Amino acid sequence: MALKLVVIGAGMASGRAMEHLIEANDELYDITLFGAEPRGNYNRIMLSPVLSGEKSYEEIVTHDAAWYEAHGVACRFGERVTAIDRMRKVVISEKGETPYDRLLIATGSAPFIIPVPGRDLDGVLAYRDLGDVNRMLGYASKPGTKAVVIGGGLLGLEAAAGLKARGMEVTVVHLMGHLMERQLDASAGYLLQRELERRGIHVICGANTREIRGEGKVEAVLLEDGRVLEADVVVMAVGIRPNFGLAQSCGLKYNRGLLVNDEMKTDDPEVFAIGECVEHRGVCYGLVAPLYDMARVAARNLLGFHETFEGAETSTKLKVTGVDLFSAGDFAEGEGREEIVYRDAMRGIYKRLVIESDRIIGVVMYGDTADGGWFFQKLKDREDISAIRDTLIFGPAYAGGAALDPMAAVAALPDDADICGCNGVCKGKIVAAIRGGAETLEAVRAVTKASASCGSCTGLVEQVMALTLGDGFSVPSAKPICGCTDLTHEDVRRLIKSRELKSMPAVWQTCGWKTSCGCHVCRPALNYYLLADWPEEYHDDPQSRFVNERNHANIQKDGTFSVVPRMWGGLTNPRELRAIADAAEKYNVPTVKVTGGQRLDLLGVRKEDLPAIWADLNAAGLVSGHAYAKGLRTVKTCVGTDHCRFGTQDSTGLGVALEKRMWGAWTPHKVKMAVSGCPRNCAEATCKDVGVVCVDAGFEVGVAGAAGMDVKATEPLAKVAGEDEALEIIVAFVQLYRENARYLDRPYKWVAKVGMDWVRERVVDDVEHRRELVRRFDLSQKVFQKDPWAERATPATERAYAPLADLTQEAAE
Amino acid sequence: MIAQHRWIDIGPLAEIPVRGARVVKTRFGCVAVFRTATDEVFATSNACPHKGGPLSEGIVHGRKVTCPLHNWVFDLETGEAEGADEGRIETFAARIDDGRVLLDRALLVKGVA
Ligand code: SRM
Ligand SMILES: Cc1cc2nc3c(=O)[nH]c(=O)nc-3n(C[C@H](O)[C@H](O)[C@H](O)COP(=O)(O)OP(=O)(O)OC[C@H]3O[C@@H](n4cnc5c(N)ncnc54)[C@H](O)[C@@H]3O)c2cc1C
Ligand code: SF4
Ligand code: FES
Repeated sequence: MALKLVVIGAGMASGRAMEHLIEANDELYDITLFGAEPRGNYNRIMLSPVLSGEKSYEEIVTHDAAWYEAHGVACRFGERVTAIDRMRKVVISEKGETPYDRLLIATGSAPFIIPVPGRDLDGVLAYRDLGDVNRMLGYASKPGTKAVVIGGGLLGLEAAAGLKARGMEVTVVHLMGHLMERQLDASAGYLLQRELERRGIHVICGANTREIRGEGKVEAVLLEDGRVLEADVVVMAVGIRPNFGLAQSCGLKYNRGLLVNDEMKTDDPEVFAIGECVEHRGVCYGLVAPLYDMARVAARNLLGFHETFEGAETSTKLKVTGVDLFSAGDFAEGEGREEIVYRDAMRGIYKRLVIESDRIIGVVMYGDTADGGWFFQKLKDREDISAIRDTLIFGPAYAGGAALDPMAAVAALPDDADICGCNGVCKGKIVAAIRGGAETLEAVRAVTKASASCGSCTGLVEQVMALTLGDGFSVPSAKPICGCTDLTHEDVRRLIKSRELKSMPAVWQTCGWKTSCGCHVCRPALNYYLLADWPEEYHDDPQSRFVNERNHANIQKDGTFSVVPRMWGGLTNPRELRAIADAAEKYNVPTVKVTGGQRLDLLGVRKEDLPAIWADLNAAGLVSGHAYAKGLRTVKTCVGTDHCRFGTQDSTGLGVALEKRMWGAWTPHKVKMAVSGCPRNCAEATCKDVGVVCVDAGFEVGVAGAAGMDVKATEPLAKVAGEDEALEIIVAFVQLYRENARYLDRPYKWVAKVGMDWVRERVVDDVEHRRELVRRFDLSQKVFQKDPWAERATPATERAYAPLADLTQEAAE
Repeated sequence: MIAQHRWIDIGPLAEIPVRGARVVKTRFGCVAVFRTATDEVFATSNACPHKGGPLSEGIVHGRKVTCPLHNWVFDLETGEAEGADEGRIETFAARIDDGRVLLDRALLVKGVA
């Protein structure tokens, strides 16, 4: 006669256990399955796609009526077990008693509801089962519904994304400083937040809920800091508690969860327990992978084997379509721990491995999680990674000693490996295009769009071409920065970002510089890249700057210097002019000249006089004009609406505003701007790096003009109605240039490489991206917008600018 | 010549920036005194043989300096221009003693290298 097995809880763990059991032996047990929910086992983790509308409930059912029937499982759905009598070996439910020989408890966990006033109001929901989903959907039918999700963890964010997809206005309130702090570090949390905000989900971190308000039903959520968020529905997703009250009341041992041994037995040998309700070796799990292991072990042991569950590492993904994140293990920083970090700010990719004693102990990935499983396997296997450490972060494609040969690495990439991140072109597609006759880079670009945007993957595309075409194609060798390295500017910029290289020695070391301290070609470039990428961490190195930038004055052919104070937008006044005249006399300046940039140049100043002349000019309010800098030079303007009968907008005002906002910023090459008040264009705005032409309807912003060795008209970037928007777009354009151009490329050269479309997408179309650029520009300006003259108009600089010794009176013998 | 008298103390090493230079005035023009990343000192004539560029304003890398005007590169030990450029700068003996920079008195005699 078959034994009676009673299963309490028709959830994910019990479903899996029954499968294992029945598969091995259909006869041994008569199974009775109790479920408090009025339905059978389904795939709980797929509730989020049901909520968002990407799946239907029917699609996530794991065991249907036919399955239970075929395997003789007596179903008692919608019937809660209220007590267990272990002496008499019966479970008690609403409909009476059911005897058992063996009991399997799999009651899962219960959502934790924070004890704030108003938690019982109508409209406050948890997120645990299909009932919750249906209730949420009930609210979604009314347009304009506002939802507040309390909890920015996995569940909360899936709920938020689902509600958003159903058309609600969603705000996530999270107690901690960044989202999913149990799975993600701050960097990945930030990327995630940015992505959610881009989708229109409002996120508030570091916010504590004080109260939920409403008359009978939810109306608002009140935060500790006094903010009030309107809400028609509140979803609480702040955590779960193992659900083991039943076991507790029948005297089974428990701690944080119902205690089980490695065989998944409770302290009663007839009673097994699995799933989220248990505590095993001090751990309560909240993800299905380990629960499935428990289910298998319990099933085997119910069959009389002695198998063990020894605990498991878990990994997490977030099931929000289009958001790729992966996390596993312990990613906290700590002594003896090292980390390998890879970032691609442009593509929003972040990967971090935490290493301890040559083993991966933690993985956090955002944006590109393709290699998550591979890392996770190494983590679980406790594999020694020292031999592949250098290329580990690049994943399996690079592993196994292929590091030094990029061709082998490319050859090892699978067909679906992304080559061109901007346009999402994978290797297979490129290979197909080449086989289809695209045998030049331009042809591949035309057919696939690979490398047609930012161009940073050009090298990879060429390598794919070389691999596919064999001898028929030779990779044009990329030009290294200089003799100190084989790497190109682009390579080095990428490594500075991805490896977080924040000092010149770090670059030399990591990139294998062949010289001890670089040369006059690479050092100024590196100095620029480092200060542009790490404005807050890197310290400018004057000895790696060309003479003019080091001395903050232009050197002349006779070794004297020129001094050019700023005249904002070309404006000056009697006081400034008087100060300039006085300085010219006092320091015997041989030439005073009006420059082509609408200001005055004092030429022929002796180096030792520089600090003093600066101090005099500073006293009249004049600051450095950076006429020597790879940075913002002049903003030329015309007289505009103030005086001119044709003026359409305040061109002078906009020019001054631009100059005030942007002066002091270092750039890959010099940047010149102009604003003309009407299309007559008296400020010559159409041949500048950035030129604005005012028209009746607003501002036409053009970029990438030139009038030096090449003469080129600007290309239209955007037409905007307001001055603020014009300003924002220009700041974003300059920041994009600062972050991406190679050193000594003027904007017109850089734009020719990346394409206007690519630029426009980032600084005009994608407003979020634009704001991010502006934010980073402003951050950098906090550090760099300081008058270098004022900083150097000191006795110390005066001494440093003078000869170290005067030996003219010294005797020879 | 007595040993002690051979060297002139021109000042503390700390007054010369690492990978930088200072000038010392003499009756025959300025001498550039360079300090390398490894705290070696070199003294050469300050004027570039190309068009007189002030070498003390150049970028110092390894034991070399690049002229700030047109990028000729000179070896600080031998004074020879590198690569295709032809020219040579005068070099003078220099050393460090107890944190002070000492120059060879010979540089005060025109025509002695
Ligand atoms: C002073 C000034 C000439 C004048 O007397 O008007 C000037 C003087 C110099 N220019 Fe210029 N440029 C001056 C306006 C221009 C302009 C006109 C303009 O800005 O409207 C141009 C063409 C526009 C452009 O840049 O596209 C101009 C195109 C150049 C170029 C070529 C740049 C290019 O990308 O092709 C160089 C060389 C370089 O920067 O590599 C250059 C470089 C220089 C340098 C810095 C040469 C050098 O490295 O020593 C000159 C320094 C002289 C000194 O000691 O002060 N200068 N230069 C002008 C200063 C403007 C200011 O107020 O800051
Ligand atoms: C929205 C959502 C998304 C998730 N996403 C993921 C994910 O992406 N990846 C992942 O690994 N995990 C995810 N999880 C967690 C995962 O669903 C749980 O770890 C898993 O369902 C736990 O399985 P279980 O069998 O222990 O409990 P459950 O699946 O919760 O099953 C327990 C069942 O027991 C019933 N029950 C409780 N008490 C009684 C009683 N007294 N009598 C009768 N029946 C009772 C409950 O009603 C419930 O149906 C998600 C969870 C949710 C809610
Ligand atoms: S055009 Fe400019 S760079 Fe040329 S000589 Fe005149 S100022 Fe100097
Ligand atoms: S003056 Fe030195 S290189 Fe021209």
